[in-house]
Amino acid sequence: MSRLAALTRRAGRAFAALLCLVAASTAVAQEPPPAPDRPLADARQEARAQALFDDIRCVVCQHEAIADSPAGIAADMRQLVREQIAAGRSDAQIRDDLVRRYGDFVLFSPPVRAGTWLLWFGPFVVVLTVAAALLAFARRRRPETAPLSAEEEARLAEILADRRDPDAKPSDD
Amino acid sequence: MIVEAGAFALVLAFALAVLQTALAVGGRLRRSPVLAGGANGAALACAAAVLVAFAALVYAFATSDFSVANVAANSHTDKPMLYKVAAAWGSHEGSLLLWCLVLTGFGATLARARNLPFGLRTSAVAVQGLLGALFLAFAVFTSNPFARLDPAPFQGASLNPLLQDPALAFHPPFLYGGYVGFSVCFSLAVAALVEGRANAAFWPAWGRWVRPWALASWVLLTLGITLGAFWAYYELGWGGWWFWDPVENASFMPWLAGAALLHSSIVTERRGALAGWSTFLALLAFSFSMLGAFLVRSGVLTSVHAFAVDPERGMMLLAILGATAGAAFALFAWRAPQLKGGGLFAPVSREGGLVLNNLFLTAAAATVLLGTLYPLILEAATGAAISVGPPYFALTFVPLMAVAMVVLPAGPFLAWKRGDLRGVVQRLALVFGLALLLAVAGWFAFEPRKILSALGLGLGAWLILGALAETADRIRLFRASAGESLRRARGLPLAAWGMTLAHAGLGVFVLGAVVETGFRVEAAQPLAVGESLQAGQWTVTLRDVRIVEGPNYLAEQGRLTVAGPGGAREVTAERRFFPAGGQTTTEVGLDFRGLDDVYVVLGERGQTPAGAPGWSVRVWWNPWARLIFLGPAIMALGGVLSLLDRRLRLTGGARKARTA
Repeated sequence: MSRLAALTRRAGRAFAALLCLVAASTAVAQEPPPAPDRPLADARQEARAQALFDDIRCVVCQHEAIADSPAGIAADMRQLVREQIAAGRSDAQIRDDLVRRYGDFVLFSPPVRAGTWLLWFGPFVVVLTVAAALLAFARRRRPETAPLSAEEEARLAEILADRRDPDAKPSDD
Repeated sequence: MIVEAGAFALVLAFALAVLQTALAVGGRLRRSPVLAGGANGAALACAAAVLVAFAALVYAFATSDFSVANVAANSHTDKPMLYKVAAAWGSHEGSLLLWCLVLTGFGATLARARNLPFGLRTSAVAVQGLLGALFLAFAVFTSNPFARLDPAPFQGASLNPLLQDPALAFHPPFLYGGYVGFSVCFSLAVAALVEGRANAAFWPAWGRWVRPWALASWVLLTLGITLGAFWAYYELGWGGWWFWDPVENASFMPWLAGAALLHSSIVTERRGALAGWSTFLALLAFSFSMLGAFLVRSGVLTSVHAFAVDPERGMMLLAILGATAGAAFALFAWRAPQLKGGGLFAPVSREGGLVLNNLFLTAAAATVLLGTLYPLILEAATGAAISVGPPYFALTFVPLMAVAMVVLPAGPFLAWKRGDLRGVVQRLALVFGLALLLAVAGWFAFEPRKILSALGLGLGAWLILGALAETADRIRLFRASAGESLRRARGLPLAAWGMTLAHAGLGVFVLGAVVETGFRVEAAQPLAVGESLQAGQWTVTLRDVRIVEGPNYLAEQGRLTVAGPGGAREVTAERRFFPAGGQTTTEVGLDFRGLDDVYVVLGERGQTPAGAPGWSVRVWWNPWARLIFLGPAIMALGGVLSLLDRRLRLTGGARKARTA
């Protein structure tokens, strides 16, 4: 009895799931699925398109490039980029077009302008400033270690000669 | 009943954390071992109470108790047991409880640490208790995982199916172990600043105390991030593993700060120098962890991974971050100038090398911070919306790290205090030549020829060979007899092997990342059954597609044959439909070919150009992709070896006698 119940429950569940799947696919069918990607015939042009796809943000997604997004608008944007490449437009022109239409937001590489100087040059300024400060610091500190006198040098040589294993680095353990 | 016990234990834990702080502060001020002992006991009890609460939550999930709102929102009776349990930390409330568990668990371990001096330990226990109290209060008052539903629903809403995956079930525990492990470094740093030891002997000991915590946290974080990247790689079905997404960056910042801390604490331990800098990094690492928690949970940034987005809770987290990190850095600014400098060193020395390492790692962390927060700041300030993505990091982060990696192999060859640069150059000349040779070989071996990828290959080889050369040099391989080399190899401390492995692991990762990014081949096409497509040297044929029933999903399962060098193999790729939440996920078909992956994604059903019914199939050939995940695993293993080194367990006195 219980086996039968389990069996019917299982069958019911499978049926319900199947219905859901059908419903899902019909829902998709009503809104036509994004047109399948048609790569450009020219391999070099297609490579350019692929490179651009990685840099263009899918405007309705959360931080995804149109290269990776399954969204319909991403497919449309890929199509648009391919059409423009086929029409002989340069990468820069295509980017400019997109920025005119969607704003700077659409590109994953932010523009270099007054507002983004800190973003673009900040890292290098940090490295150079800190490196310069460190060098200045090291130079200021150097006089503290006075060179050895001739007597001390002789003693050092004596100590070093006494060591059993000149290759061992005592500081390395 | 058990759920009530959990809710009670959580409130109790909060009270115990407050008690722990109060007792520790009192014990420190009055120099009372009794009060301090009480604080240690409270820390232990607090961790036990959180453990009870956590166990109760896991129980509620395992038994699908839908009267608990959190279970109803994130679980389902049809889910396999592993994912029922994993769902306990799959939501905002549950993961916050996990965060508290790790925080108090590490706190209890800190309270039991034997070798710490009274003042430092008591102060650190007080800080750790305060952190625990803040986060537990956050859990109890705004994110209680035990809130009830009345009436209880008959069925749960189920966990996001994307998260129903073994790698992701274990990803949060590792990640949080790393994030929150840095809290102990934070507490020890604040305690050291409070204690304000001006004597030079204090800092080497402090370096040795903080290092195991930094190492353990960094290892856990490395594994956590790698598991997350691996999950993103094979579960999201987009062929990539890292996209500089804000949430990925949030986990990467503490990792970079932690890696810097690992290195600077060596200098502090050995030479007593960089004390202020190491304290700063210890504060920074956990502050980055808290910043990450805020970014992920507040919804201020758009990310594919954002979960439990709630601005109000975000404000609470921001307040906790501001209060703790703000107070700690203010304390640092006040006390740091009084810290006594340790041993002197020349710019070209082991210390100098480690300073350089820190310069680059912190600059890299600053770059990631800038890239993550800049869109937010710019939009708030000017209203202009920009996106910061992979191209930005390729032009800033990557060159910075590349320069750091070029100098990396030289560091371990340098002697302390004053290094001999000419000697290092001589010893590394052969390795450099070999790496250059491999770069040239890579230039010819991979199509299409890319100069940057070839240089990247050389860089990876340079890191691996450089690390190995240092060990070979130490054991006098080929310069002494084999027996002598073996004896020296046995005598090498585990920390030395750990360093070699970690640096070589970085090289392995670089090789994988460079080759995968530079030479991956992608192909996509609608295929009818029996048709095939070509991705590089691989021919992928769609054999059949059938409907299969999983435990809580229904799948379209495609069987495909991947044919190429080494023969033909079958893979299955699925599209899974989860009726409980109405979501669809993809299961990638992965054919492991040596170091390469052939990565197959079954897309939606549609039509082939010829008009026949077909499925859109996307195939990536990801050369050397295995190394991307193997490299960090090797790095983590190196960290574990270092952690096992007995030096980290020696008492302060024995150590001092040796350096003197």
